[in-house]
Amino acid sequence: MSVITYRQALRDTLRAEMLRDEDVFLIGEEIGVFEGSYKITEGLLKEFGERRVRDTPIAEEGFVGTAIGAAMLGLRPVVEVMTINFSLLAIDQIVNHAAKVYGMFGGQTSVPMVIRTPGGGGQQLGATHSQNIELFYSFIPGLKVLAPSGPADAAAMLRAAIRDNDPVLLLENLGLYNSKGEVPEDDEPVAEIGRAAVSREGSDITLIGYSRMASVATQVAQSLAEEDISVEVIDLRSLRPLDRETIVESVCKTGSAVIAEDDWLTYGIGAEIAATIQEGAFDFLDAPVRRVAMAEVPLPYAKPLESAALPSAESVTTAVKETLNAVGRRVG
Amino acid sequence: MADTAKPKGGGTAKSSGGRRQNRKNDSPDLADESPKDLLDHYRRMLLVRRFEERTGQAYTQARIGGYCHLNLGEEATVIGLTSVLDERDYLFTNYREHGYAIAKGMSPRGVMAELYGRTTGVSRGWGGSMHMFDTETRLLGGYGIVGGQLPLATGAALAVTYRGGDEVVMCQMGDGTTNIGAWHESLNIASLWNLPIVYVVVNNFTGMGTTVEMASAEPDLYKRGSAFRIEGHRVDGRDVLAVRDAASGLVERARSEQRPFLLEAYSYRMKGHSVVDPAKYRTKEQAEEARDKANDPVAIFEERLLNAGVLTEDTKKEISDAVREEVADAADFAENSPHPDVSTLFDYTYATPVANESKRMPSEPVFAE
Ligand SMILES: Cc1ncc(C[n+]2csc(CCOP(=O)(O)OP(=O)(O)O)c2C)c(N)n1
Repeated sequence: MSVITYRQALRDTLRAEMLRDEDVFLIGEEIGVFEGSYKITEGLLKEFGERRVRDTPIAEEGFVGTAIGAAMLGLRPVVEVMTINFSLLAIDQIVNHAAKVYGMFGGQTSVPMVIRTPGGGGQQLGATHSQNIELFYSFIPGLKVLAPSGPADAAAMLRAAIRDNDPVLLLENLGLYNSKGEVPEDDEPVAEIGRAAVSREGSDITLIGYSRMASVATQVAQSLAEEDISVEVIDLRSLRPLDRETIVESVCKTGSAVIAEDDWLTYGIGAEIAATIQEGAFDFLDAPVRRVAMAEVPLPYAKPLESAALPSAESVTTAVKETLNAVGRRVG
Repeated sequence: MADTAKPKGGGTAKSSGGRRQNRKNDSPDLADESPKDLLDHYRRMLLVRRFEERTGQAYTQARIGGYCHLNLGEEATVIGLTSVLDERDYLFTNYREHGYAIAKGMSPRGVMAELYGRTTGVSRGWGGSMHMFDTETRLLGGYGIVGGQLPLATGAALAVTYRGGDEVVMCQMGDGTTNIGAWHESLNIASLWNLPIVYVVVNNFTGMGTTVEMASAEPDLYKRGSAFRIEGHRVDGRDVLAVRDAASGLVERARSEQRPFLLEAYSYRMKGHSVVDPAKYRTKEQAEEARDKANDPVAIFEERLLNAGVLTEDTKKEISDAVREEVADAADFAENSPHPDVSTLFDYTYATPVANESKRMPSEPVFAE
């Protein structure tokens, strides 16, 4: 084990997978000469050369589609889309082709590719550059969507994504790149796609998050423990497929749930989780399922407005306490 | 008419910074120019220069957030282009637009306040560095999505012809933007429908760390309208008068002929892609060229004016002092302007009020008790 950042975990894994498999190559804007907008691919052009680390023009639809085509011939492209906002320029290729080729041609050829892309608000980047929209992809059968919340998962999930034979979207997060954690030093483990994790056990309430909000959820659980509130934290990890069983099992035990998501509420991932809970744990629920999500506005630039619009540890804490009050346990 | 010759020097693949383009000698003769206009161009270029330097400082001092891209090195293009637009003409730009905002007529105060995210900013603090907008002066947006402005500007030109107006639309972009789908789709539409628009490619030889040769199969960008039968020209973007003349010709032809045109103006990006980019990927030679006084549009013009006696050391100091004061005043104004109040968070989601609009804050439940 060594303690490294989320960024380093991704970089080390990319490198190891490229060494392991000649068919793995990187493609995207500014990943080579510039060494990555967020420096995930730093040093890789020097080590592997232009054949394996391919800088592209600013042409998201073109280079994402190009990667899909290369994957159809068995290569394993790992695409970097600079931020998830720019994936909107490639969404046709992702939804209409990457997700469809396997099924539409009767399972004759799969698309073994990875699209790595960070989301995340809170950097004052304004309305078009602060979206998460992972739900657009999570909605699509044929895609697999992963959202690691820490360095160890970032490594294990990237490894799994590269070795998987389907198109996998690996959702990174600008707010997590510098976060640190213990990561095994060898080529293990390979995450099992489609599994959530109980990242902290508890008995009073279930708190569900993914990506940055999963790490916020853990912080909240830690500080509520000091007030004698026992929060069970579920890190979804995989947005598609969704591990409904782990969620339902936890809520059956605790009797209440709060979902925290870094995106808009209406029609969001939280809505899907809440529906799952009422379908699977209806008889066990002691309070309505509560969602904490972004205010439903195009995200403003000005700091006070941006901060107010985003979910935070405070808003999650409030929701947990209010939900426990609704259950009948008086807190804070 | 614009210079359509290839830039001189060895534009070798993978080092567009390696083309050492000498200033064309066919720049307009100063003797034919009104000294007043010349000094005004100079003052405006200097204003953009000082404004951007101040912006860089304010960013480092965390007065400004988000991404921040400066016009340093592009002042002649900014001023040359905007000087030929009428007040009624429209301008659309990318995110590297502080200079254009000021040059199109927004007050430095309003632009700086936008950078500071204050209510007095041109976009009321909602847009930030990449999103300056002002209906009155008709700069209809800086846009942060590469290529985002191209279809919009094309649509504005459609609106002009639809109403039978005689305004022209100018659409600014960077060299890297000529490779995005929106470029091809927009130019095709503009040519098919005979729209009065001038697309301007500001070729600073790089998009982030990617050189033109790395990204564009036809690196002579002004030729890239030919697939759409759009006439293209290239001009030395370090020379404000050359840019002015090239742009003026095309803007007037767009107006009278009701046709789209393409102009490429090349000059150096003096700093990194954004304020936080140290531009380590530049070779020593490229870095030197970008810093070279001989490529600095403000220094070039200043020297020319001094040599011609249009500018004296006294007037130079006067102008410089006045510009400094204007920039300091803009920063003070921004600093002392109010932050938007959280109660305004839902003010701009919809223009037409609508039933059941969500106004829930993150900590609030969907159904309050
Ligand atoms: C669709 C999209 N892809 C990628 C980006 C990230 N990005 C921002 S600026 C930029 C480079 C643009 O270069 P160029 O058009 O030459 O303009 P310059 O910055 O040099 O003025 C890139 C890739 C973006 N904003 N939008």
